[in-house]
Amino acid sequence: MTLLTVENLTVAFPGRSGTVNAIEDVSLSVSPGEILGMVGESGAGKSMTGAAIIGLIEPPGRIAAGEIRLEGQRIDTLRPDEMRRIRGRRIGAIFQDPLTSLNPVLTVGEQLIETIQTHLKLSKDEARARAIDWLRRVGIPAPEARIDTYPHQYSGGMRQRVVIALALCAEPRLVIADEPTTALDVSVQAQIIALLRKLARETGVAVILVTHDMGVIAETADRVAVMYAGRIVEVGPVAEVLTAPRHPYTRGLMASIPRIGARPDVLPQIEGAMPRPHARPAGCAFAPRCPVRIEICGQTRPDLTGHATRSVACHLSEEVPA
Amino acid sequence: MTDPILTVTGLKKTFDLSQPFLTRLTQGGGRKYVHAVDGVDFTIPRGTTLSLVGESGCGKSTVAKLLMGLTQPSAGSIRFDGHELAGTRAGQPPAVRRRMQMIFQDPYASLNPRWRVARIIGEPMKSFGTHPDPVARRKEVDRLLEFVGLSAADGEKFPHEFSGGQRQRISIARAISTKPEFLVCDEPTSALDVSVQAQILNLMRELQRELGLTYLFISHDLAVVNYISDQIGVMYLGRLVELAPADRIFAAPQHPYTRLLLDTVPDITMAHRDMDRPAGEVPNPITPPSGCHFHPRCPLANERCRAEAPVFRAHGDSQVRCHAVQEGRTDPMPLRKAG
Amino acid sequence: MTDTTQIKTTPSALTRLWNSDVAWNFRRSWTARISSVLILILFAAALFAPLLATQNPYDISQLFLLDSELPPAWIEGGDPRYFLGTDEQARDLYSSILYGLRLSLIVGFASVALAAVVGISLGLLGGFVGGMVDGAIMRVADILLSFPAILVALLVNGIARGVLPPERHADAAIWVLILAIGLTNWVQYARTVRGSTMVERQKEYVQAARINGVSGMGIMLQHILPNVLGPVLVIATINLGMAVLTEATLSFLGVGMPATQPSLGTLIRIGNEYLFSGIWWVVIFPSVVLVALVLAVNLLGDWLRDALNPKLR
Repeated sequence: MTLLTVENLTVAFPGRSGTVNAIEDVSLSVSPGEILGMVGESGAGKSMTGAAIIGLIEPPGRIAAGEIRLEGQRIDTLRPDEMRRIRGRRIGAIFQDPLTSLNPVLTVGEQLIETIQTHLKLSKDEARARAIDWLRRVGIPAPEARIDTYPHQYSGGMRQRVVIALALCAEPRLVIADEPTTALDVSVQAQIIALLRKLARETGVAVILVTHDMGVIAETADRVAVMYAGRIVEVGPVAEVLTAPRHPYTRGLMASIPRIGARPDVLPQIEGAMPRPHARPAGCAFAPRCPVRIEICGQTRPDLTGHATRSVACHLSEEVPA
Repeated sequence: MTDPILTVTGLKKTFDLSQPFLTRLTQGGGRKYVHAVDGVDFTIPRGTTLSLVGESGCGKSTVAKLLMGLTQPSAGSIRFDGHELAGTRAGQPPAVRRRMQMIFQDPYASLNPRWRVARIIGEPMKSFGTHPDPVARRKEVDRLLEFVGLSAADGEKFPHEFSGGQRQRISIARAISTKPEFLVCDEPTSALDVSVQAQILNLMRELQRELGLTYLFISHDLAVVNYISDQIGVMYLGRLVELAPADRIFAAPQHPYTRLLLDTVPDITMAHRDMDRPAGEVPNPITPPSGCHFHPRCPLANERCRAEAPVFRAHGDSQVRCHAVQEGRTDPMPLRKAG
Repeated sequence: MTDTTQIKTTPSALTRLWNSDVAWNFRRSWTARISSVLILILFAAALFAPLLATQNPYDISQLFLLDSELPPAWIEGGDPRYFLGTDEQARDLYSSILYGLRLSLIVGFASVALAAVVGISLGLLGGFVGGMVDGAIMRVADILLSFPAILVALLVNGIARGVLPPERHADAAIWVLILAIGLTNWVQYARTVRGSTMVERQKEYVQAARINGVSGMGIMLQHILPNVLGPVLVIATINLGMAVLTEATLSFLGVGMPATQPSLGTLIRIGNEYLFSGIWWVVIFPSVVLVALVLAVNLLGDWLRDALNPKLR
């Protein structure tokens, strides 16, 4: 049974030179307790997909096609006030910058207790006990004392732990984590990744982890969806996609990441840059940069096809050796 | 290790973060200082790359600014090819400063948005007087644009018409326009996407080979540093804690902090998921821990580490600032405990 | 190695302006279009006042006292030669308004220009140099801001009147007004420019210029100035409305333009004295023009502020 299904989602932004599709025809599903990584370059549409699921697309952007279902219920057509109830209660959110996610004039405890009481039927004392428990679970030392302190009294890593507690305290079924480790130092980043994994396993919450960092995906996700120019080009279990990528973009991307231990004379690189949304070519958006393109790639857009767990959007997906 | 082009000794930079005098008088509180760079020594041989790595607040970017004269050192010496630069301002003396250039982290902020690309690239040549004639200068700009992989026609455009990777190429073209010998690169790829990062790193390597450039490369990404460096210096709270040839850092890291950094690099081979993560964060640099700054996070710390700051001392091919290494207390087995 | 190979001739400045976001926004905004048409009409009227006017209100030989206090042409007792009627000195109101508009706009533009030049220079200097220079400039600005602008203008005016011999007052009035209004309005420019300068100063392109030995003056004028002018344009537009109003207020209070060279404010003052004797047109028509001018300028300024701020779009 899947928790979330997204089908043929298209998000459009009307602009000066006509309507631009930030994401096109995106389909994915998430099971309970699963961590789905969404990876791609800036502008690939990974954050937009997360924002669409959580109902936070900035106007004038809108969902132009497709549907989003959470536990079978359509949520893309809900009114804003109905969506607000779902946010927090059933879908939590973790953003990149912990400072902007927390209210600086309220103590950490006040924010947690308010969120808990908004969504769960608990007394003030119960909610406070629950809040302390959450702070402990996300690894805040001495939570009984620190619950009454303000966000600025926490370090960057501790703040992001509080944000995670805030996202999880109403016991949502799904959490969208948009670049949750990007603003943190590398040593802290590793701790937050480990914490996310641990909590997903313990609580059974599903996580959509949006990031540009393949390393974070490798360390955290169960499955990964690779996005390019507004579309998913490859989906599959993390181990398979990372060790045996099948889309030429994924392969190029994996090869171009510098690794510890290997010191090649020249790093493999993908020529060119991802097209901007209003300048996407007809056919496959990756074709102009693709080292193995054939004639049809410039004319027809390949669909995301595959079997069971692996899907690839490439005309050559059958011929390309895994 | 012959022919050093840059020698830095005892480099220090202290920032005064004290409240204004009157506020201190009325509200109490003493003077507050941050030792952003606290006694750094290194030498870069001509034509090689030294990388400085560390987490935010370790002082690596301040070192870059000190070398370029963007901020003045509190103590220490910066000798560039025999010229003492400590105490001189950015761009002074022109004959020496022309030979040092810098590439910045943010390709969106490092190019003046109101200037055309040709003017941006031509500015150093005009200012340092290497190409005073506008026509010759424009010809050189066109050559540089093509050299970094853009076209001469791009000189008429404005920076916003380019992608992040292309802007970084423009930045590089500007930096090499005065035929420098030494480039300071402050996180030149950290704002770029991975597939573009490889293009820029390759371009930088190519330039080094063709022009014989020397790099000081600043980064927080050990994997990037591994690709580009000959020597690597690891910084923690203003001090170099380990300086070693690049392959030694990865094969036989000495300092416990170096080991921690290597442990925390996310690994795309997924070999280490679910392993225990090193705890703790970088302390506030205004109130650094006593003795060795790293001791609160160090598994090898003892009384001596808490009381006495270790000195920077050669240890095999490496130089290390650690009592445990110098006393032979480290366990020789490297890093990773399997998960 | 190129990311894209675009072979495109560089568009001219005019094409770029036409294609810019602001121009696109302008073409879609009714407010912007209507207010700028109105402004253009009023500017043209002021510019070509000598051609459009039926008489020169400054020339006493053209005034016929018999024709004084005539109502507008379409009202009984009106005279077709005086479309909007005449005042108590038999001046044609239509012509007076054209000339008055002209004076109001001259004072407005000149004082805005003065305030902008002073404010931008001081703001740029303070923001870039910092320290004591900055402190001194900003303290003066603070002091100036703690007086109502009209009070400062009255003060400047009073000093000028005290210093100059009485027979020069009428000639000097316009210069005194420009100086008084200009000197009260520079603070806003200085603060805005100082703020943006302090942001720009930290940016890496400024560091790059310093590394390349560009002088402080070169960095300020060539690098930072072009990047801080956007908000100044908005302030200048809105300030034009304010300046015209201040001029009108001063003239209404009797310390601005003399009755022999009436600006819109002077006309309103004169008209105000006759309002209760039923001569309403002398006060109403100049007021309508003044309101229309200030409203149009403010609407355009508001639109410009929004159009230049990408976050509000």
